[in-house]
Amino acid sequence: MTEAEPEQDAGSYRSLWRLRSFVRPYSRQMLFMLACAALAVAASTLIPLVLEAVIDGPIRHGDRAALVPMFLAALGLGLLEAGLIVARRQVQSVAVLKIEREIRDGLYTRLQELPVEFHDRWQTGQLLSRTTTDLGTIRRFLGFGAIFFIVDGLQYIAVMALLIVTYPPLGVISVLTTLPVIFLAKRFGASYSRISRQLQDQQGDLATLTEEAATGMRVVKSFGRGPLMQERFGSSARVLRGSALDMVRLRARFWGWLTLIPNITMAAAVLVGGIAVAHGSLSVGALVAFTTLLVLVQFPIIDLGWILSMAKEAATAADRVCEIFDAPLTVRDRPGAVALPSAKGRLAFEHVGFTFPGTRAAVLRDVNLVIEPGETVAIVGLTGSGKSTLVSLTTRLYDVTAGRITLDGRDIRDLEIESLRRHVAMVFEEPVLFSMSVRENLVLGRSEACDDEIEEALEMAQAGFVRDLPWDLDTRIGEQGLSLSGGQRQRLALARAVVARPSVLVLDDPLSALDVSTEALVEESLARVLPTMTGLLVVHRPSTVALADRVALLQEGTLVAAGTHHELMNRPDYAAVLSVERDTTTTAS
Amino acid sequence: MSTVESWHGIAAEEVEEIPLAWTGLLRRRTRHLLGSLGAPHRRALIGVATAVLLSNLAATAIPYLVGIGIDIGIPAVRRGDYVPIAAIASAIVACALLQALLYRVFVAGSGRVGQEILLELRERVFAHFQQLSLAFHEHYTTGRMIARLTSDLESINEMFALGLDTLVNAVLSIVGVGVVLLVLDLPLGLVCLSGFVPLWFLTRWYQRESSAAYRNNRTAMARVIVQFTESLRGIRAVHAFRRQARNDEIFGQLSEGYRLSMSRSFKLLGVYWPGIVLIGNLTTAAVLLYGGVRVIDGAMQVGVLASFVLYLRRFFEPLAEVSQFYDSFQAAAAGFEKLAGVLDERPGVPMPAHGAPPPAGGWRGRVDFNNVRFGYRDGIDVLSGFDLHIPAGQTVALLGATGAGKSTVARLLARFYDPLDGEVAIDAVPLTDLAETELHRAVAMVTQESFVFSGTIAENIAFGSPGASQSEIEAAAKAVGLDSFAESLEGGYDSDVGKQGSRLSAGQRQLIALARAFLADPAVLILDEASSSLDAPMERQVQSALATVLSGRTALIIAHRLSTVEIADRVLVLAAGRIVEDGPPGELLAQRSGHYASLYEAWRESLL
Ligand SMILES: Nc1ncnc2c1ncn2[C@@H]1O[C@H](COP(=O)(O)OP(=O)(O)OP(=O)(O)O)[C@@H](O)[C@H]1O
Ligand SMILES: Nc1ncnc2c1ncn2[C@@H]1O[C@H](COP(=O)(O)OP(=O)(O)OP(=O)(O)O)[C@@H](O)[C@H]1O
Ligand SMILES: [Mg+2]
Repeated sequence: MTEAEPEQDAGSYRSLWRLRSFVRPYSRQMLFMLACAALAVAASTLIPLVLEAVIDGPIRHGDRAALVPMFLAALGLGLLEAGLIVARRQVQSVAVLKIEREIRDGLYTRLQELPVEFHDRWQTGQLLSRTTTDLGTIRRFLGFGAIFFIVDGLQYIAVMALLIVTYPPLGVISVLTTLPVIFLAKRFGASYSRISRQLQDQQGDLATLTEEAATGMRVVKSFGRGPLMQERFGSSARVLRGSALDMVRLRARFWGWLTLIPNITMAAAVLVGGIAVAHGSLSVGALVAFTTLLVLVQFPIIDLGWILSMAKEAATAADRVCEIFDAPLTVRDRPGAVALPSAKGRLAFEHVGFTFPGTRAAVLRDVNLVIEPGETVAIVGLTGSGKSTLVSLTTRLYDVTAGRITLDGRDIRDLEIESLRRHVAMVFEEPVLFSMSVRENLVLGRSEACDDEIEEALEMAQAGFVRDLPWDLDTRIGEQGLSLSGGQRQRLALARAVVARPSVLVLDDPLSALDVSTEALVEESLARVLPTMTGLLVVHRPSTVALADRVALLQEGTLVAAGTHHELMNRPDYAAVLSVERDTTTTAS
Repeated sequence: MSTVESWHGIAAEEVEEIPLAWTGLLRRRTRHLLGSLGAPHRRALIGVATAVLLSNLAATAIPYLVGIGIDIGIPAVRRGDYVPIAAIASAIVACALLQALLYRVFVAGSGRVGQEILLELRERVFAHFQQLSLAFHEHYTTGRMIARLTSDLESINEMFALGLDTLVNAVLSIVGVGVVLLVLDLPLGLVCLSGFVPLWFLTRWYQRESSAAYRNNRTAMARVIVQFTESLRGIRAVHAFRRQARNDEIFGQLSEGYRLSMSRSFKLLGVYWPGIVLIGNLTTAAVLLYGGVRVIDGAMQVGVLASFVLYLRRFFEPLAEVSQFYDSFQAAAAGFEKLAGVLDERPGVPMPAHGAPPPAGGWRGRVDFNNVRFGYRDGIDVLSGFDLHIPAGQTVALLGATGAGKSTVARLLARFYDPLDGEVAIDAVPLTDLAETELHRAVAMVTQESFVFSGTIAENIAFGSPGASQSEIEAAAKAVGLDSFAESLEGGYDSDVGKQGSRLSAGQRQLIALARAFLADPAVLILDEASSSLDAPMERQVQSALATVLSGRTALIIAHRLSTVEIADRVLVLAAGRIVEDGPPGELLAQRSGHYASLYEAWRESLL
């Protein structure tokens, strides 16, 4: 179900590194956080040294008075550590979350720019999990993982240096016994990457299933197939659990090793250090401080467990995020694209061919059609003949794969998309409404439209029913418009296209859900509106054909005939498509 | 710049969970949910707890052994006796091995329990969503449902992944170390433990503040998800109407809302955590002062003070970690709370688990609407006093202007909703008495929106009929005229239809929906504008298929193209929720001034 195969170098930090442009504006804050963290750790590292001083100094000499400055030093260090943590957390709560937000907004913007063809392929759940869960993972890495990786590394080095200075033989032993950590990290790192990518992809799949179960709820309910959906979801959830358990086992093994190593070092220190003290080459105080310092490296080593997993998870999450940023914007403004301030609306298809990406058979072949300003052309054809595909090319939902489409003589790919889409408005065969107010749905294509224009459009589309809604134009429409009847949805979608005041109006089977009398009324008003613009209609019914000046017959992706309805009537294939023969409609009369 | 609210419009009812008073550590229903999830794992949990307990004992022994090494091993070495120190070093190694092994057992074991609980919770919530009525879903929205099942569950997963071991580990090590401290030196031990008093107050404060903050986080995230899914689902309209900029703005506001909310919980932790560190450091300083004095006074040995300070680390370091765990716990609790809220929601259209049995001899398909009243919104009835009786085997065409309530009648018959008053029955059995599987053996419906699932053509056709054979699937496809298209594809019936049918044309999707219903073979078949996107020849084919499929079956057909009516035995004309005409098509046509006659006339004219 996952579209993109994990890259070969999954889990390398390349993608994560690429996200640095989002981090760069906050590099000062990041450095500040790093400094605070490092200083806090240093403060807490110094406290055992105070202990050494206390044991070797005041206690040995029985000097009560000298105890007080030591106490104050420990107190000061303690306050400093807490203060530094506060400072870091306050900065973190702003900077890291801002970075996360910016990546999230960037992803959303990018996703909206990506062509319809991308969205035909990519499941919403996959995209969603990248925008939510994966970004959370990256944020956590930036806020903790990255910082503590550095801090722990520094702490390890500092403590080891101190140990070597305190008593070189013991220091060297400590370094040697902790070095295997590096090999462990290498060994487990690769598995972490593989499993975390798997987990993230499976999370996306599960989100996809959820989305589908929610969107298809009506079908599920009308066949009582909840159990099937449950089973699908369950098996996907179990696959996810399988990977999660792999992760758990991996973590258990790795963490087990990590807790072992510092304790072995401790045993070596006691043995070697104890003997050294007995032989007088080390003071007791130094040995105590030594063991205390060893406890201090215990934490960086154990921390490595979660830092490494965090880093690997963030790396694969960044891979997934970058896959979206890297998806080609196939439909975009060409360099030098121009804005068209106004359009007369002469639309011409010149040898247009189209093949869906990833398929071999062309859906459209050598389509030639010119629609003059003010003219209306109806496209007629059998189910699957390519009508919807043809009309969706006019606003560049897809780009032609052969030939070109021109608006007022200019290739539409040489126009700024924004300006092209301002001139061409569409009504889709399945009306797309959003869960927002009726007004916002209507002015989608032209937010500056005034109330009179909305009124006019509603009138035209016979959508007076909005007046009966509880809050009139301000009523929120349910998700996908499902709180409206099918015909109501369709009329709103039609009104929306009219509000946009386009030069070219493209209607894909816009009246299919209307009853005969409403349809007649809408057709009447459409007949008034259409002459003021260029019209391209996809039509299944003879009545709607009457709106068109000319009709073009599409057969398996090729335009086989164009002309007026009456001219085409003689063609048997045309008559068959529209069923004008009335051969089946005779029982009642 | 308008606010989020104004573009959003006003909704009739929004199902926002209203936070009840927060009593105790967790709200009752959340606690109940947790209990029921944990119960089956009690033994595993005990095993895991034992492992971590022993692991901690082993870990706690190490500093103690270090102390002994200093106090006993060193003097022995001075005497030339190396045995004690070697024995102590070996004991440390043994403890270390034991500790690592047990810790590994613990991490694996607790992780497994966590994942099992998560799976159980996931499935439970999903199953519950399936049971909840459409009315609920219409208000709850897809996006919120997704948010519950993804990001809320994720917050719980995080607690299991990061937190659980820290907590158990830390609590045990705190208790263990606490006891050791008291044993080592009672007065000094008491000084250490006195740090718990400010800790208690700090924790109470944090608990109160953070649970509110995390609840906000969940809600804010759900808002982000709602906007995200909806705008991507409608991406064609977003592109065609250049909605990107406005959507960016709206999304920006929502994601800023999430950021601010998160920022608040971050800041709270940013006080709580250093607060604990501070308490720990102050205690250490106090120990240093007081312990120093006691050693000088000869009341304590140097080695004891050394192990004291070592132990103190083991005491407060885990406490700081607990604060982090507590943070992820609060996040998870907010997620739990939302999920518990969903699980608490009673299904609006409850299906009995063991419903009435089908009539002897199987379903015949008599349909009765008895004095039904129904409306989607309070105070606005779409149907009232609605009576309709369809004898078994009759094919009824339901006509009427858009918005008249035709789909509503169909939905009541498929039990998407329950009537507010009156009842709907099949073969005199009220729909409310039927179990889900039985209900759908009796009724199936092709909805106005022909939804196709991601997957293959065959899977989609077989959706309503578990266990249908390939030949049955192909027969159903052939009946509606989908066969030539399916066979023209490379993979035939096993071709992938793409994301929710994106690789199909609208007509092809509708044919799949029809084939699905034909194959399901219910006693009562409802077709709600099931052929509106078909071309005329296709529709004719579907018509003739219907004529065969419907023989001996009850059918309710809603269509605007009157060609459908030809196979109907009876025509009903609905206007504003009332039946205004009822009779066989021929008869109604004879009433020249009737609704049907004029509809028919208009339709004939529309054919040109
Ligand atoms: N995203 C896609 N990928 C691959 N094939 C596609 C895709 N979308 C559509 N097709 C195929 O292209 C053909 C033309 O589809 P189109 O939607 O243009 O048909 P149509 O003429 O509008 O049909 P209808 O009258 O049913 O709406 C169909 O056979 C369809 O299966
Ligand atoms: N889920 C819903 N929530 C609120 N109101 C609804 C809902 N579904 C339908 N309505 C309203 O109930 C009324 C009847 O709708 P219904 O879908 O039954 O009409 P219909 O006769 O099927 O129309 P059409 O032919 O356009 O499909 C309409 O005014 C509609 O706005
Ligand atoms: Mg189409």
